[in-house]
Amino acid sequence: MSHTTQAASGIRNGRAPRASITYAAFLLAGLAFLLVAPMFLYPIFLMKLLCFALFACAFNLLLGYTGLLSFGHAAFFGGAAYFTAHAVKEWGWTPELGILLGVAGAAGLGLVMGFVAIRRQGIYFAMITLALSQMFYFFCLQAQFTRGEDGIQQVPRGHLFALIDLNVATNMYYFVLAVFVIGLVVIWRFVNSPFGMILKSIRENEARATSLGYSVAHYKLGAFVMSAALAGLAGAVKSLVFQFATLTDVTWQMSGEVILMTLLGGIGTLIGPIFGAGLVVTLQNYLATSEFPVTIITGVVFMVCVLVFRRGIIGEFYASRIGRRLGFEHRH
Amino acid sequence: MTMIFGIPIQAFLGQLLIGLINGSFYALLSLGLAVIFGLLRVINFAHGAQYMLGAFTALLLLQYFGINYWLALVVAPLIVGLLGALIERTMLSRLYKLDPLYGLLFTFGLALAIEGTFRYLYGAAGQPYSVPVALSGGVNLGFMFLPVYRGWVVVISLVACIGTWLLIEKTKLGSYLRAATENPVLVQAFGVNVPMLLTLTYGLGAALAAFAGVLAAPIYQVSPLMGTNLIIVVFAVVVVGGMGSIMGAIITGYMLGIAEGLTKVFYPEASNIVIFVIMAIVLLIRPAGLFGRDA
Amino acid sequence: MKPLLQVSGLNAWYGESHVLHGVDMTVGEGEMITILGRNGVGKTTTLRTIMGIVRERKGKILFDGRDMMDVPLHHTAHAGIGFVPEERGIFATLTVEENLMLPPVVAGTGMVLEEIYELFPNLLERRTSPGTKLSGGEQQMLAIARILRTGVRLLILDEPTEGLAPVIVQRIGEVLKTLKERGMTVLLVEQNFRFASRVADRFYLMEHGQMVADFPVGELPERMDMLHKVLGV
Repeated sequence: MSHTTQAASGIRNGRAPRASITYAAFLLAGLAFLLVAPMFLYPIFLMKLLCFALFACAFNLLLGYTGLLSFGHAAFFGGAAYFTAHAVKEWGWTPELGILLGVAGAAGLGLVMGFVAIRRQGIYFAMITLALSQMFYFFCLQAQFTRGEDGIQQVPRGHLFALIDLNVATNMYYFVLAVFVIGLVVIWRFVNSPFGMILKSIRENEARATSLGYSVAHYKLGAFVMSAALAGLAGAVKSLVFQFATLTDVTWQMSGEVILMTLLGGIGTLIGPIFGAGLVVTLQNYLATSEFPVTIITGVVFMVCVLVFRRGIIGEFYASRIGRRLGFEHRH
Repeated sequence: MTMIFGIPIQAFLGQLLIGLINGSFYALLSLGLAVIFGLLRVINFAHGAQYMLGAFTALLLLQYFGINYWLALVVAPLIVGLLGALIERTMLSRLYKLDPLYGLLFTFGLALAIEGTFRYLYGAAGQPYSVPVALSGGVNLGFMFLPVYRGWVVVISLVACIGTWLLIEKTKLGSYLRAATENPVLVQAFGVNVPMLLTLTYGLGAALAAFAGVLAAPIYQVSPLMGTNLIIVVFAVVVVGGMGSIMGAIITGYMLGIAEGLTKVFYPEASNIVIFVIMAIVLLIRPAGLFGRDA
Repeated sequence: MKPLLQVSGLNAWYGESHVLHGVDMTVGEGEMITILGRNGVGKTTTLRTIMGIVRERKGKILFDGRDMMDVPLHHTAHAGIGFVPEERGIFATLTVEENLMLPPVVAGTGMVLEEIYELFPNLLERRTSPGTKLSGGEQQMLAIARILRTGVRLLILDEPTEGLAPVIVQRIGEVLKTLKERGMTVLLVEQNFRFASRVADRFYLMEHGQMVADFPVGELPERMDMLHKVLGV
């Protein structure tokens, strides 16, 4: 979306060396924290956080870097969860193969949905993705393999590569962490690749990109499929973490949640969605036991963010005095 | 029993009527969305919530003030319209200078907040709202039984749609609206208070949604969730119709409602998704929509 | 002559770009002023800034003694200023008559519909057609005509003869002369030199966002060389 143009140009111009070092240090610190976190935080909670963080980062790939707002990402997240759950439970696949199936399924869904939705721009694109994912929701509601309202329960975690028992909490946690890091690396490489650069130029000035000969539709579709596949990765892993796949994961409310995470954390920043996901998941956890209606809070936070907090937590930090002094102004 | 296409004619016409009724709601709601989008360039995600608010207002007016259906048809849209105007004036108008996606996200948040509030206060179950006495009962047409209220809904929503169309196409105020849709700055330069026009338009859209809600109350029960899934279908209707034309929104709404009804007869499993499928097909063949003018 | 419009030190920006660098000009009541200048010097911006369409502005704009800087756009017409933009701004979704009736009447001194139809008979003929079905010249007439109904005192016109056939240009000249006789104050931007010299009382020459010369129509012959050089005409 347009306000990140300034930030985007920063990446091409090179970064302030101090920002790079600070940033790298910060990332390392984050990784170190995640490595030791299961010692003092519930592994299930952490794994949920990592899955949603990956989901949000995948979503941000589309919104922040390509400028496309998809209101139907739950279809990829939840769809992959169903595919993986089914493969692992009904066909006895090992977890890594089950996840691959989930990712492939999500990518396929992304290709079909993207192909139809790309026909229109902006607002229409958002509405179309919403409608298409709602269609997928109704399909999931009625299909046999999804078990409708019950969902697929008791999904076995199995043995990773037929060797590592994922029922051991620590094994599962480090597996999820590894997938998360790999996912982030994939996103980072993608954004900084030639393909990613062209996407950025399309977002900044689509007319110019077209006049330079780039088939804008193809690039957008490529970004869409990539984003869908990664969202699918998050969903597939989640189905193994929680050992079930349900309709909740393919609802438009879930699509709305990932948008909120990204908006709250900072659209167009690499780590923003991670923070946003962390905040939303923590908040949901905290409120789950209370009577408090989460939907109202979600709605109000959305409105407040859009009105006065559009840059999100990380975006505001980058633009703040401390952030600017650290050289983060044009950072991603 | 007479058969048509291998189905008892009663069942066929019954479904067709349901399709026509659904179509009436699709038409009213997509009309409201189109009117708001035309001038404000905002997709009003809260439209479904405003529809729900209309139904609830009618219910609460009856429960607490003894205000009957007929008055509610006027009062509920007025209240919801005013609330909508207030939201536009204080918050939504700040977003016009931004990427239009922010408007969508804001109204999405608004929808969640409104629905969450009502869900919290009233739970998810639906509450009944009785059909007004004057419209109760039915008429035996020989080939089918027509509930009077259902017939009333079809007729009055058609009147409301045509009325709105006349307001926009044939009145002075409508000419301000149409002109401002094309070139808001110039219309302001002529001395027309365009910001006020925007507020009025949003209020009008919300009122239309609320009006549909009051109409819906005796048929579908009043539940906090009644607007949510409906609005997504209306989005699809709007994409099929194309947002440039008021008449297009109305016609498409009725058409898709009937299509849905017919699907229910011949292929019931697909009835939830047939509108989405049609949307996908239309997008592939004619991306601007059937009556679309702007891209 | 009483100054109706007084502009001093007017600066304006389009986003980052500083377009007007201190424009000074005065328009007396009943005068017809033309702004001349090459493309891109800021002539249209000056008109739009005076009108209030361009809001990033600093300086002084006094209309009939009233400071217009803080007046919101939708009140400017009510103060008595009417605007005919370069692109004419005829609305496609309105009929000719709806276009004509659109700008609200701001003072009692405007023409009534009958008078306008007398002055522009072809608008009467085509009054139920969609506005944009008219030819370029007719659209220009419509754009001027609809302001005449409102009773504004100052008429601002941006390149009224651009792209029009000579016959229409002459017609517009006649209309402007009629307006002048009725006491209307007119400020216009014109590239068509000959047209401007036939209707205007005074000229401003603009260069790089500022006025660099100001002379009455009588001095035009002796200024021709300078103008040829500056305008490349």
